[in-house]
Amino acid sequence: MRVLVIEDDRETAHFLQKSLKESGHSADIAGDGETGLSMAQSNTYDILIVDRMLPRLDGLSVVKTLRTEGDRTPVLILSALGDVDDRVKGLRAGGDDYLTKPYAYTELLARIEALSRRAVPEEQETRYAVGDLVLDRLSHRVTRAGEPIQLQPREYRLLEYLMKNAGQVVTRTMLLENVWDYHFDPQTNVIDVHVSRLRSKIDKGFDRPLLHTVRGAGYMVRDGAL
Amino acid sequence: MTALSDLALRPMQTQAFRLAAVSATVFLVVATLIVGALFWQTNTLLTDHVVEELRREAAELAREADASSPDEFAEKIEARSRATSTSLYFLASAAGAKRAGNLPAFPLEIAGSATGGVFRYARAGDAPGTGRLAVGIPVPVGAGQRLIIGRDVEAQTELAERIKRTFLWGFGALAVAALIAGLAIGRSVLRRVETINATTRSIMAGDLSRRVPVTGSNDELDELSANLNGMLDRIEQLMSGLREVSDNIAHDLKTPLNRLRNSAEAALRDPRGAEGYREGLEAAIEKADDLIKTFNALLLIARLEAGVVEESAETFDLGSLVHDVAELYEPVAEEAGLRLAIDTGDRIEVRANRQLIGQAVANLVDNAIKYSARVVVAAGGAGHPRETTVSVDVSTRGDNAEISVADRGPGIEEKDRDRALRRFVRLEKSRTQPGTGLGLSLVAAVARLHNGTVRLEDNAPGLRVVVTLPLAA
Repeated sequence: MRVLVIEDDRETAHFLQKSLKESGHSADIAGDGETGLSMAQSNTYDILIVDRMLPRLDGLSVVKTLRTEGDRTPVLILSALGDVDDRVKGLRAGGDDYLTKPYAYTELLARIEALSRRAVPEEQETRYAVGDLVLDRLSHRVTRAGEPIQLQPREYRLLEYLMKNAGQVVTRTMLLENVWDYHFDPQTNVIDVHVSRLRSKIDKGFDRPLLHTVRGAGYMVRDGAL
Repeated sequence: MTALSDLALRPMQTQAFRLAAVSATVFLVVATLIVGALFWQTNTLLTDHVVEELRREAAELAREADASSPDEFAEKIEARSRATSTSLYFLASAAGAKRAGNLPAFPLEIAGSATGGVFRYARAGDAPGTGRLAVGIPVPVGAGQRLIIGRDVEAQTELAERIKRTFLWGFGALAVAALIAGLAIGRSVLRRVETINATTRSIMAGDLSRRVPVTGSNDELDELSANLNGMLDRIEQLMSGLREVSDNIAHDLKTPLNRLRNSAEAALRDPRGAEGYREGLEAAIEKADDLIKTFNALLLIARLEAGVVEESAETFDLGSLVHDVAELYEPVAEEAGLRLAIDTGDRIEVRANRQLIGQAVANLVDNAIKYSARVVVAAGGAGHPRETTVSVDVSTRGDNAEISVADRGPGIEEKDRDRALRRFVRLEKSRTQPGTGLGLSLVAAVARLHNGTVRLEDNAPGLRVVVTLPLAA
């Protein structure tokens, strides 16, 4: 995955570049909004990571300009601002996801990987399958090894999101935002409890666990060990 | 000299003095115009009167001249000349010699005039060159004689002159008085303004406790002083609030920062090497995350305190939001051996920021579960069903929606309830609990932002938190 990081703090930018390289991606760095915009215009990237406050041209203007030019490259906006409306403003400007500083690198990685996948036109899959676990999106039925599994509506949506991102790390915040549509801190790790309930329904009694906990990051649905 | 000029010049620069000077000038100009007009009119009236009298006498004399011989007529004129001192006569023969009258010579100024006019003459005994002013007209007396009758108007002129002088002196005195009054008012205003300035200067220098003196005269300057004092009170209040807040923030952030530093130091000293480092770093990240959470909560509260919600406000069903958020915690409650009783009415709509209300409800339910769980654990596992229920209700009361979250935990003592809702305040007890401990402060800030309120009540036993929000119009 080719990433453009538009970030004026050199240390953060180089940390991201190094980390992304270690994760198997390549990253270019732009130190201000104008450079970032021209790099995004003249090269093809799989994802843009744009800081909101940039010298010369602010992050939101960069994204707005790209969107008016018809550029649909997925954008993750980073922000140190903490206003109530900031996230809304970021998404309205054309950002696809929004992450507030300080963030964990694992969170950032999980989000850009999810974003880059979303960019591939989603052929409306009617069923997700991981190993012998099958989720039918038309009938809302879930089976493991052919046996039906009864799930609550919320559990179903949780599994649906995890299976849609099968093989990828999904963080707790991503689950909270995408399954519950909550953009706030739930104080306790409520998500863990929900995931462990789901796990007891789909993995209990089977030798091969499919719902894995990724330490320090989140969860992953995958056939086989991590 | 400087002191003296300062004393006079500084008041001259004041607004009060300028106003006094302008009004004195305007008064003088208008008064001069009015008095001038009056003077002119009086003068005309008097002159007209004199001329009228002269004409009447001229007609009389013309008749007498016809009726008598020239000698008799000259005698009559002579008699009239002696009778008064203001009536003037001069009768000349055809040859131009004086025949009768009290004028020493024929007035040359009106010699050729048929209608008469003003002339000057000298009385016997007057110093030469000091002519007196008179009005005269010619009278047709026939036989080649010429008669001029006149009236001495010196007394009138003098009166007019005196009136003019009186007015001029009066105006002069008035103008000077007005200017002095303006100067005096200017000085007194200046002195009071200077007091206000001196006070504000010492406040700017850092002494926020100073106040502008109020004289009690209830005038505009007093009102200004009172308003300044009111503003200073508000600023002082905000400042002390800010100090309290920064103290709280410092405490809330410094303690976990210190813990973060401790774990990094401990890891560095760990004799096991790599394994110890890894554990230390993991602990450090965990502590940094806690710190970030606290920091975010503090920042959010600060933003809410200063913010407006309009841009991100939407109208939604509060009942279903509260239901959904509470449900998120249901498995957590169950694991803690608690029952979550959710009762939300149908379609209770509010206009608010959905995420913030969600956060507030999440904080309340999370707190309720944490504190009830402690009681359950203390009771040795499963307690009586009533004692392990956390109730979450949404209802309406008047124009407000009410969210009520009640637990069977230890509750908050009555004396601490007000404090618990204050900005950035953590009760001592909560500092030993997991989490930021800013939950209630945040709930109160969210409620305030939406023009709502928060009440803490005794759930006997336990705590009931009631959040009221205005219903959507």
